[in-house]
Amino acid sequence: MTESYLLSLLIFSPLLGILILLFIPKNQEKMIKLIGFLATVLPLALAFMAYSAFDKTASGYQFVESKEWINFSNGTMQAFGIDMAINYELGLNGLGMVLILLTAVVASLAAIASIHIKREWKGYFMLFLLLEIGMLGVFAAQNLFLFFLFFEITLIPMYFLIGKWGYIDREKAANSFLIYNGLGSAVMLIAFVALFVRTGTMNIEEITMMMQALGPEANNFKWGVLVALLIAFGVKLPIFPLHSWMLRVHVQAPPAIVMIHSGILLKIGAYGLIRFGLGFFPEQITQIAMLIAILGVINLLYGAYLALIQTDLKMVMAYSSISHMGIVLIGIAALNEAGIQGAVFQVVSHGLISALLFFLIGVYYERTKTSEIPKLGGLARSMPIASGFLLVGALASLGLPGMSGFISEFLAFLGLFREMPIVAAVGALGIILTAIYLLKAVLNVTYGPTPDKWHKLEDIRPLELVPVLVLVGFIVLIGVYPSILAEPLQVTLQLILQGIGG
Amino acid sequence: MDLETLLSYPWSIMAPEFTILIVATLLSLFDLFMKDKADRKYLAWFAIAGVIVALVFTWRQLGSPVQMILYDTYRLDSFAIAFKLILLVGTLFVLLMAIDYDKKGITYRGEFFYLLLTALLGGMIMTSSADMITLFVGLELLSLSSYIMAGLRKNNLQSNEAAFKYVINGGVASAITLFGMSYVYGLTGHTNLFEISAVMQDPVIMQNSFLILFSFFLIFVGLAFKIASAPFHMWSPDVYQGSPTPVTAFLSVVSKTAGFALILRFLLVVFIAAPGTSPEEPLLVNTQIYIAVLAGLTMIIGNVVALRQDNIKRLFAYSSVAQAGYILVPFVTLSVMMFENTWFYLLAYLFMNLGAFAVIQLVMTQTGSEKISAFAGLYKRSPGLAVIMAVYLISLAGIPISAGFVGKFYIFLGALSTEHYVLASVMIATSVISYFYYFKIMGQMFFRPAESTEPIRVPVNILVVLVVAAIGTVGLGLFPSVAIDFFNEYFEFAQIFQR
Repeated sequence: MTESYLLSLLIFSPLLGILILLFIPKNQEKMIKLIGFLATVLPLALAFMAYSAFDKTASGYQFVESKEWINFSNGTMQAFGIDMAINYELGLNGLGMVLILLTAVVASLAAIASIHIKREWKGYFMLFLLLEIGMLGVFAAQNLFLFFLFFEITLIPMYFLIGKWGYIDREKAANSFLIYNGLGSAVMLIAFVALFVRTGTMNIEEITMMMQALGPEANNFKWGVLVALLIAFGVKLPIFPLHSWMLRVHVQAPPAIVMIHSGILLKIGAYGLIRFGLGFFPEQITQIAMLIAILGVINLLYGAYLALIQTDLKMVMAYSSISHMGIVLIGIAALNEAGIQGAVFQVVSHGLISALLFFLIGVYYERTKTSEIPKLGGLARSMPIASGFLLVGALASLGLPGMSGFISEFLAFLGLFREMPIVAAVGALGIILTAIYLLKAVLNVTYGPTPDKWHKLEDIRPLELVPVLVLVGFIVLIGVYPSILAEPLQVTLQLILQGIGG
Repeated sequence: MDLETLLSYPWSIMAPEFTILIVATLLSLFDLFMKDKADRKYLAWFAIAGVIVALVFTWRQLGSPVQMILYDTYRLDSFAIAFKLILLVGTLFVLLMAIDYDKKGITYRGEFFYLLLTALLGGMIMTSSADMITLFVGLELLSLSSYIMAGLRKNNLQSNEAAFKYVINGGVASAITLFGMSYVYGLTGHTNLFEISAVMQDPVIMQNSFLILFSFFLIFVGLAFKIASAPFHMWSPDVYQGSPTPVTAFLSVVSKTAGFALILRFLLVVFIAAPGTSPEEPLLVNTQIYIAVLAGLTMIIGNVVALRQDNIKRLFAYSSVAQAGYILVPFVTLSVMMFENTWFYLLAYLFMNLGAFAVIQLVMTQTGSEKISAFAGLYKRSPGLAVIMAVYLISLAGIPISAGFVGKFYIFLGALSTEHYVLASVMIATSVISYFYYFKIMGQMFFRPAESTEPIRVPVNILVVLVVAAIGTVGLGLFPSVAIDFFNEYFEFAQIFQR
C-alpha cells in the first residue's frame, strides 16, 4: 500500500530540496530560490492529495503509520516488569489535516515571499525547508515524543533564520525566541515524560483513554500535567504575560519568516491546547474554563489596546496577533461546539490573514525600507493594488462578514455567550478596538498626503501577486463557504466534545 | 606464588590492558633511543594501533562470563567491558587529535603519547578492579599521568599553573579517598570489595554505622573530585584552560568516564548492604538526598558560571562540570535503569564533547586565540566546520535530534519513574540555561563577521574524529536503540554483584 507511507513522504519531502541545494553553488541566486520554492510545492501537492483521499466521515485517525523505534525496556527493565517503548507513529484527524494543509500552503507562499532575501540564499532555504519538516511533523505526530521532536526541530532553524536574516536587533530577538521557547518546551517535556512514566506509552490515543480511566486519586497528577501544558503552549500561543518574545520576533524577523511564524508556529500552541489540554483533561479544563476565558479576554483587550498606540506597522500586527490569539482561547473556554469550532476556525483564518498582512508589510518594506506609520502615508497613490489588498487583509482581520475572520469570531463569541455572557460581553469590546486600530493603521499608510519620495514606488509585481491572490482566495472561500473547513473538522470536534461530556 | 599458579591464571582477560602496557613501554623505549630532532608523529600512530588492538580484544570479550584473577582483585564483567569500550574509543580520538597538536608548544612530544596510554591503563584498571588496592593503583596511575600531561607545555605559564593546581588538589582528593577507605578497611578487615560487602551486616558494623557513613562521604568526596562535580570542581577551569587541548579533551571525557565507572562500582558493591542511620533504611537510601543536593548544585553551578566565561576552554570546563551533574542523577535515583542511563550518556558525551574539542583545537591553532570570539565568522571561513560544531553544540545543549538529547531524556525518564521530581526539574531548567552559552558560540560562528576569510585547514586525522563524532552524535540521536540494545544484549545487571 502506497497510502500508508503518504504522511512520512509528505513530512520529509522538503528533504529532497535540502539535498539538491547542497550541490548548488552558493552564488546561484535564481536557481536556489527556484529550487527552494519547488521543494515546498512537493509537500503542498502531497497535502492536497491527502486531503482528497481524506475520509471526512470517518472517525479516528487516517493514513496511520506505526514503526517500532526506541525500546527502553529490554534486559534490566523487562526483568523489573517495566515496559517502555516509543514508536514512530503518524496519523491525521480532521484538525491535523486542516493544519497540515494550512502549513503547506503558507510555507509555499512564504517561499515566494523569500524572493526579498538578499544574501546567503542557500543557507536560508535549507533552514527554511528544515523548518517546514518540523511544522508538518508536529501536526501529523501521533505520539508525544515525536510531537516534541518535530516541535524542537522548528526551534533551531527559526533561531538562525531570525538571527541571521532578520533586521538590526535580530540577534536579541533570536536569543529571546530561543530562551522562551526553550523554557516552554522544557516544561512540555516534563509533562510528556510524566505522562509516559505514568502510562507507559507515548501514543496520544492510548494516553487519552488511560487518562479517562484514571480515578480521582490521580487528580493532583492531572492538574500538575495540565498546568505544565498550559504554560508550555501558553508561551507558544502566546498567552499574556508570556508574549514578549513574540513581539521581538515579529519585528525583527524577515517578512517571509514572520508569515510562517505568525501563520503557523503560533498555531502549534492552539493545536496543543486543543489536542492535549482538551483531549487528556476534559474534566479539569471544564473546571478552569472561566480562567481560560478571562485569560483570553485579557489577551484580546491587551493586544488590541497596545496595537492601538503603536506607530510601527509591524508592532501593530504583532499586537494584533496577540489579540487574535485571545479569540482562540475564548473559543476553547466555551467548551461547546460553536466555541471550539470558532477556535479552530480562528487558528486557520488568522494563519491565512496574518500571512497576507505580513507579506504585504514585507512588500512595502522592500520598497520604502521602513514600516513606521508616520513615515509612510498616501501609498495608495503609488501602489494602488498593494494598498487595496492591505485593506482587504485588514477587513478580513477585523472580521468583516464574508471573510474567514468573521466566521471565526462569530462562532467563538457565540460559544462563549452561551456559557459566560458577562465575560463574552467584555471581550466583545475587543472587536471594536480591533476595527479602530486596523483601520487607523491601514488608512494612515494608504491615504493622506503622499510624501514626495514615495511617488515613484513600484506597485506589486506579478510574482508577488501570487501569494496575495491565493491567500485572499482562501480567506474569502472560507468566509462564504465555511463548510469547506467545517466538514473535515466535524467528526474530530464531535469526539472532543464527547470527551468533555457535551 | 610459583610459576605454575601464575600460569594457571586466565591472563587473556587482561589482554587489552597488556596491549596498552606493552605499547606504552615500547613507546617510551623508542622515544628514548630516537634522535632528539626526529619526528615523533609515528609514535602516535603506533599508539593508535595499540589502542585499536586493545579495542579488538575488548570487543572479543563481550558476553564472556564473570572472571576474576590475581586473588580476586581484578575482574572482568560486562560492566567493565561496557565502560572500557568508551575509554578506549575516547583515547583513540584524543590520540588522533594529538598527532599534530602544536609542535612548538610541547617540547617532548614522545611522552605525550605514552602518558596518554598510561592514563588510559589507569582508567581501565579502575573499571575492572574488585579490590581497594587495585582500585587505588588505577586511580593514581590515571591521576599521575594526567598531572604531567596538564603541564606538558613547559614554557606556558598557564600550563604550569594547571599542573601545579592539579597535583595539589588531586593529591588532597586522593588522600581523602584513601582516608575513607582506611575506615572501611579498619571496620571490615578486608580490602576486597565483595568481602567488605559480605561483612557489612556484621553486628560490629551495625553498631558503627555512622563510621561507615563517614567513610562513604570521604570516599565520595575524593571521587567527586575526579569527575569534577561541585563543590570539588574548582580545579577544572584552570586545569582545562592550561592543559594542551587534547589533554583537556581527555580529562573531560576519558578521565570522567573512568571516575563514574569507579563511583558506580565501588559505592554500589561496597555499600549496597551497608546499614544506614536507622535499621530500616540502608545507607544508599540514606545518602540519596545528599548526593541529590550535590548533583543539583553541580548542574546549577556548572551551567550558571559557564554563562560568564569568554574563554572557550573555561566555558567547556564549566560545561563539563554541568554534564557531570546530569550524569550524577542516575546515581541518585538508583533506578533499574541506572547503568544504562549512565553508560548511554557517557557514550553520547564521548562523541559530542570530543567532536567539539576537535573543532576547538582547530580554531585555536588557526587563530591563536582562546576567546569565544575566535569563532566569529567560522561559517564564512569553513561552513562545514561550523555546521558540524553546531551539531555537537546542539547535542551538548540536549536538543533533539541528537545523542545528547536522548541521553538526557533517558536520565530524565529514570529520574521521573523513581519520582525524583525536583532533581528532574533542576536538570531540565539548567539545560535551558545551557542554551545561552552554547548558542553564544553558535551566534559567533554564524552571525558575526569573520576577521579573515581564509578557510581552516582540517588534517585527515582530525577529520576522522570530526566525522565519526558527528555520525555518533546524530546516529545515536536518531537510532538510540542501536546502543541501548547493544548494552542490553551484553550487559547483565546482576553481574556486577556476582563473585
